[in-house]
Amino acid sequence: MRKIWDIPGGVHPPENKLQSLTESLADARLPDQVVLPLSMHIGAPAKTLVSVGDQVKAGQMIAEPAGNFSAGVHASISGKVIAIENHPVPHASGLSAPCIKIESDGQDTHIDYSGTADYRTIDPNDIVSRLREAGLAGLGGAGFPTAIKLAPKAKINTLILNGTECEPYITSDHTLMRELPEQVVRGAELLAYVLGEPETILIGVEDNKPDAIKALKKAAEGTRVEIVEFPTKYPSGGEKQLIQILTGEEVPSGGLPADHGIVLQNVGTAVAAWEAIVEGKPLISRITTLVGEALENQCNLKVRIGTPVKELLAQVGYNEERADRVVMGGPMMGFSVLDKEVPITKITNCLLAPTKDELPEPPPAQPCIRCGQCAEACPASLLPQQLLWYSQSRDHARLNDYNLFDCIECGACAYVCPSHIPLVQYYRASKGDIRLEEVEKQQADVARERFEARKERLERAAEAREAKRKARMEAAKAKQSQSGEGDIVAKAMARIASTQEDPGDARAKLERQKQTFLERIQGMQNKVLNAETDELKAKFLAQIKNTEQKLAGIDEKLIGLGAPLSTESTSSNADAAPTDAASEAIAKAKERAEKMGQMSEKEKLQSTIDSLNARLAKSEQKLLAAAEKAGDEPDDIVEALRNGRDKLSKKLDDAKDALAKLDEEAN
Amino acid sequence: MLHQISSPHAHKVFSTSQVMLEVVVATIPGILVLSYFFGWGTLINILWAGLLALGFEAAIMVLRKRPVGFYLKDFSALVTALLLALAIPPYCPWWVTLIGIFFAIVVAKHAFGGLGYNPFNPAMVGYVVLLISFPVQMTTWTLPSTLLDGQALPSLMESLRVVFIGTPLVDGITSATALDIFKQKDALMVDQLYAQTPMFNQGMLAAVGYEWVNIAFLIGGLFLLVRKTYTWHAPIGMLATLLILPVLFYDGGSSASKGSSFFHLFSGATMLGAFFIVTDPVSGCTSNLGRLIFGVGVGLIVYVIRVWGNYPDALAFGVLLMNFAAPLIDYYTQPRTYGHSKRSHARIKKD
Repeated sequence: MRKIWDIPGGVHPPENKLQSLTESLADARLPDQVVLPLSMHIGAPAKTLVSVGDQVKAGQMIAEPAGNFSAGVHASISGKVIAIENHPVPHASGLSAPCIKIESDGQDTHIDYSGTADYRTIDPNDIVSRLREAGLAGLGGAGFPTAIKLAPKAKINTLILNGTECEPYITSDHTLMRELPEQVVRGAELLAYVLGEPETILIGVEDNKPDAIKALKKAAEGTRVEIVEFPTKYPSGGEKQLIQILTGEEVPSGGLPADHGIVLQNVGTAVAAWEAIVEGKPLISRITTLVGEALENQCNLKVRIGTPVKELLAQVGYNEERADRVVMGGPMMGFSVLDKEVPITKITNCLLAPTKDELPEPPPAQPCIRCGQCAEACPASLLPQQLLWYSQSRDHARLNDYNLFDCIECGACAYVCPSHIPLVQYYRASKGDIRLEEVEKQQADVARERFEARKERLERAAEAREAKRKARMEAAKAKQSQSGEGDIVAKAMARIASTQEDPGDARAKLERQKQTFLERIQGMQNKVLNAETDELKAKFLAQIKNTEQKLAGIDEKLIGLGAPLSTESTSSNADAAPTDAASEAIAKAKERAEKMGQMSEKEKLQSTIDSLNARLAKSEQKLLAAAEKAGDEPDDIVEALRNGRDKLSKKLDDAKDALAKLDEEAN
Repeated sequence: MLHQISSPHAHKVFSTSQVMLEVVVATIPGILVLSYFFGWGTLINILWAGLLALGFEAAIMVLRKRPVGFYLKDFSALVTALLLALAIPPYCPWWVTLIGIFFAIVVAKHAFGGLGYNPFNPAMVGYVVLLISFPVQMTTWTLPSTLLDGQALPSLMESLRVVFIGTPLVDGITSATALDIFKQKDALMVDQLYAQTPMFNQGMLAAVGYEWVNIAFLIGGLFLLVRKTYTWHAPIGMLATLLILPVLFYDGGSSASKGSSFFHLFSGATMLGAFFIVTDPVSGCTSNLGRLIFGVGVGLIVYVIRVWGNYPDALAFGVLLMNFAAPLIDYYTQPRTYGHSKRSHARIKKD
């Protein structure tokens, strides 16, 4: 007799297992249509291989595993693919997910299955990939891809098949062990082969299934497989709990059983694996318990995966009037489904349709009085009352301190709570919040790291620039101290001198510019004559003035270069065409006179003042330039210029006086 | 119409109201024995206190805009009233009870948020307020009925008059409690005290009457233990302490004697405290180890105050002081979770 251990806590809810065990296993009616979710397992959803309109046979792969952490999906009936779209799937939230819908042709033609009777001729790694292809996922309820569990990194010394089925009402594993015990044992041997023949192979069964235990023991005679029975207590069938019961060891928090040489598989999974390898049949059906007082016929049926719940319930005399809810899974951990179009999946071990009297809705929650019944019931030795307290106050740090994530959500605490507080619901919500918070924190961390990296990069670049600059400065200093300061100044002078133009060239350039300006003024004056409106005329005049000013600037420069002066004789100084320039000046004077004639008295005066102003400014500039050039020495040119300027300013004063007089008269 | 309910769908048929009712049932032996030895006073206390508690509870619920019926049905107010009524002397004036219940229900319970949120045991808060404020009324007990020489305990009508009108009790039937007498023994050796005090020389384990009251509460407590209403940790912790400490300090019965284990276990409020007061889950500790420490702490304080303090009994002080310590104890006594190598404890909060 193998030693068994006890687990802390646990509860003894009414088992309610007998009502579904009266009949032997039968096949469910072939569904008219199946809905096959691409994700019936934990991990990556399978990749579709068919398209709408394709004819498929039962057993044909219609979606392949997407990577290692995935499992294939197979047509469970023969017929036509009618849709690949989102459809409600079994989920507590009523979620929709991508599904392949197949309409039955009523023929139920299967593909040709080809298995390998002597699987020991196949390499274990090939068996693992065959199981992945065959769509194997934990049939116990979690849907963990079987292939992953069968390819552990550590050496496995114990293989445990879980035949506990501790949840009330559910009898699908019980039925399987009772009716197909040989297959369970053969399945265990197959899995043991894949895992490299661990020393210990156990099948754990609660002592409330004596017929199953007897059948298994008989089937296991002469094999290395050992059947272990232990006292019935919920939740002994939890993976961690069963390991504790059978080995006395605990799976460290956050660790995997495989890290400690233990692999645990559901008995149904073992049978499915055996069928997949030896018979070549992929996972297209499973045993589901149909139970609850709202059903006329409570039984276990072999159901094609993908059969809508509605269709299955109809077969067993579901009474909508009497039903209070439909639960997928058992009464402790199952979730209620509102949409009966959802399909049976690989993990649907039970459909429970209780009446209101059978599983009454809990009364309104009363305050927690910290009675501690929950802590007594907890199989993980948590303090559920404290977890509730911190869930309500959303104190995530404290929830972690109280090991919220070691909660397996078995519901034992909520089952015993005299205040009827939905404890598990609080824990689920808090776990969700914490996970979300962690994701957000990670994102924030990444963003911060990137920001800091960028800042650092920019700082580095700035430093590099600064260093370069300094190096250059040092080099220059070094050079300077080598050559001495006086030399530098002399060189600079020489450089400046070399960049300066030859005076003769500069003069020629200025003369050319002057010529251009003169031509432009002439063109303008023609325009003034032809201008139709006064406005245009004024505009052209202004342009002329502007050009004249520029001309004055050139004159000034010419003076700076030592050219002969005289405002009046500007044009005559042009080397290019002196005669032309003279005639031009005459023409200009004529035009001016003409213009004056056209103007009113006041305008004339204004014009005079303007031109005088301009001339005065020019003469001032010339005077200044000449004076500068002459320095302190008395100079004839300066003297002449000064006289000219004085005359001009006098003329200007006179003109201004005249204008003022005119204004006075006008007023 | 189908319901969407979160798991689990099955629930144990058991409720907080039932927990409270079980506690009430468990006090019945104690109530009967108290009534046998001390007359109608106990029952009058209970009824009057119960009425007041329901009244205050309902009034507060109206003030807090909560459904009155729903909260009265949890019977927690009744239990508080019952425990306070059992702790105070029989024939306590009506207004003493009123003040006690007011402090228990309104101040100790609802001012802190109501059922489940009170850090201190409400009945004990009420008791301490009364003990400090009205020491005379709170220490006036009658002689156990078996010791009344030719006199009789007051009849029901007389009892009502004593409680509600203030008619004084007949001289000669009032008496200090056994704990009080023992404390005031002055220079007497324990043997001498026992020889000259009928209350002691007629008793088996401790003092006549009081020992039976304690036995009755012990029986009620064992009933609750069997029913798994609470775990054994807190009561056994307290009782073990009151068993061991007198042994350690035993001096053969000198005039400075601190009393035997039997004397401490079966006198005063020991059993009432061990099975009905320190087991209060709301203000106690959460883990089993924590509860054990809590019980030991109460036993320790009770013994220290009984022996060296100014008060003859000290249950209320013990419980309230340990209520203060409960969060700290919880901090260090979190059970080891599955898959963890050692017990974790909550970190000090960093803000």
